[in-house]
Amino acid sequence: MSTPTKEGLGFGPAITFEDVWVGFDEGQVLRGVTFQVQERETLILLGETGTGKTLTLKMAAGLLAPDSGNVVVLGNEVSEMEEKELLAFRRKVGFVFQEGALFDSMTVGENVAYRLREDGIAEEEIEPRVREVLRFVELEHTMEQLPSELSGGMKRRVSIARALVNQPPVVLYDSPTAGLDPVTSQTIITLILRLRDVFGVTALLATHRLQDGFALANFHFDPETKRVVPNAQNGNAAAANAARTRFLVYRDGDIYFEGEPEEIANSEDPYLKRFLV
Amino acid sequence: MADTPLQVTGRPTKQEETVSVAEVLGDAVKRAVAAVQDYALLCAHAVANIFTSPHYVQDILEQMDFIGAGSLPIILLSGFFIGAVMVLQTGSQFIRFGQTSLTGDVVAIALVRELGPAFTGLLVTGRCATGIASELGSMLVTEQVDAMRAMGTDPSRKLVTPRLLAALLMVPLLTALMDFIGLLGGCAASVFSLRLSAVEFWRRAIDALDFADLMQGFTKPVVFGFILATIGCYKGLTVRGGTQGVGRATTSAAVVGSVLIIVADAFLTKLSLYLADKVF
Repeated sequence: MSTPTKEGLGFGPAITFEDVWVGFDEGQVLRGVTFQVQERETLILLGETGTGKTLTLKMAAGLLAPDSGNVVVLGNEVSEMEEKELLAFRRKVGFVFQEGALFDSMTVGENVAYRLREDGIAEEEIEPRVREVLRFVELEHTMEQLPSELSGGMKRRVSIARALVNQPPVVLYDSPTAGLDPVTSQTIITLILRLRDVFGVTALLATHRLQDGFALANFHFDPETKRVVPNAQNGNAAAANAARTRFLVYRDGDIYFEGEPEEIANSEDPYLKRFLV
Repeated sequence: MADTPLQVTGRPTKQEETVSVAEVLGDAVKRAVAAVQDYALLCAHAVANIFTSPHYVQDILEQMDFIGAGSLPIILLSGFFIGAVMVLQTGSQFIRFGQTSLTGDVVAIALVRELGPAFTGLLVTGRCATGIASELGSMLVTEQVDAMRAMGTDPSRKLVTPRLLAALLMVPLLTALMDFIGLLGGCAASVFSLRLSAVEFWRRAIDALDFADLMQGFTKPVVFGFILATIGCYKGLTVRGGTQGVGRATTSAAVVGSVLIIVADAFLTKLSLYLADKVF
């Protein structure tokens, strides 16, 4: 697969949220949230359930409009776009849903090929691309299976393959390890690491598991050995090239913390410490 | 405000507020008006999509199979016995006047004008509007509709328009079959119960029908098809409350679809009789 993002996207931050407010009848969920995600950066969005992590991802994908404020993704002012323009814009953004959200009446291969068929790609080109991306997530053998025949972790991997198939420069992950056992969670994180370090995608990852964030911050994929190694080791070009990872913590609709992995790891703040347990 | 409710934790609970009857009624009216507006928008988009590209031909064919071929057994079985019952009921009255030969006329007019379209509409609503609502509702609660939007697909074009087109095409065809099978059932009943000749029954049945009857009989199913497809889609795509909500949407699709079909039938009958009188 080609790596379109490595040459640079040609504009400022990949994702910008500026004074974003959103609420429902039950109350205000986000209150003037402002942050940026730079090109090739991974921003870990931490927060308890209901703090607006998924809403943030949905607004970044243009699936939900903020009540006020600006959301700019890949130079597009998403919050101001019409649904018709958004349909075209969303093809540049990959979205990995919490439960996978695979089309249950389609096979794994059809799910992954969906976006390519929508784009009118020739059938003879679709199969090799689908196989390639399923090989990347190590699920090529499941191509003819239905999602109901897969385990939870496999569904997430197919979902990642589906988001990846048209090589989007930005990928949004909604709690990709939620509800999975530690081993399967590690497989998913490794996959996200590879995706980041091999294809250089910009990522916004919502989670309530701090360890996922630390894994992304402290490890990188070494393309020479084809293994995930700690950043401290192998101080070669691959380590230097590992994308930056930052943390953003939501609390009661506001940004409670924004900073580097070391800052959150060494923080004495009782609320942040709750995530470390 | 955004359109999806979300439970927010860690926030002080609201004070108990006294709500007046007027406020409750006002909110109910607002919700009803908003629902009608959403339904009208869904219908407008679905119809507009018919005239613009892209078209999901495979989905249209699949839905035609689901609505058309899938409904055949219930249409054929019901149609045969509806026709037979019509003959038995009317025949028992005509016997008193020695006019059993009129049975063919009555059954043909009743079936083609009214019973064929109405029963087909109601049966297909019971089978397909509920199926559509539960399928789309399940897709909505499992985020498949959002996934579709996230991949740049318009759910209205991909999910609603194919179902609408399929219903518009298949419900009139099913009605034609219901009419024919109903007459066949009526013929069987008149031969075996009233001792009429089959030739006489068919001759009178065909002679009794004119162009206005056929117009009425084939305009109604188009409207009924529109109602059942759009109500099924609307109920499915506005599900709230997870799997329980899907169940409620399915029931609601059957109830609202059936009631709307009966109401529309009354107005269409009046309109058809007026036009038959003025035009034909």
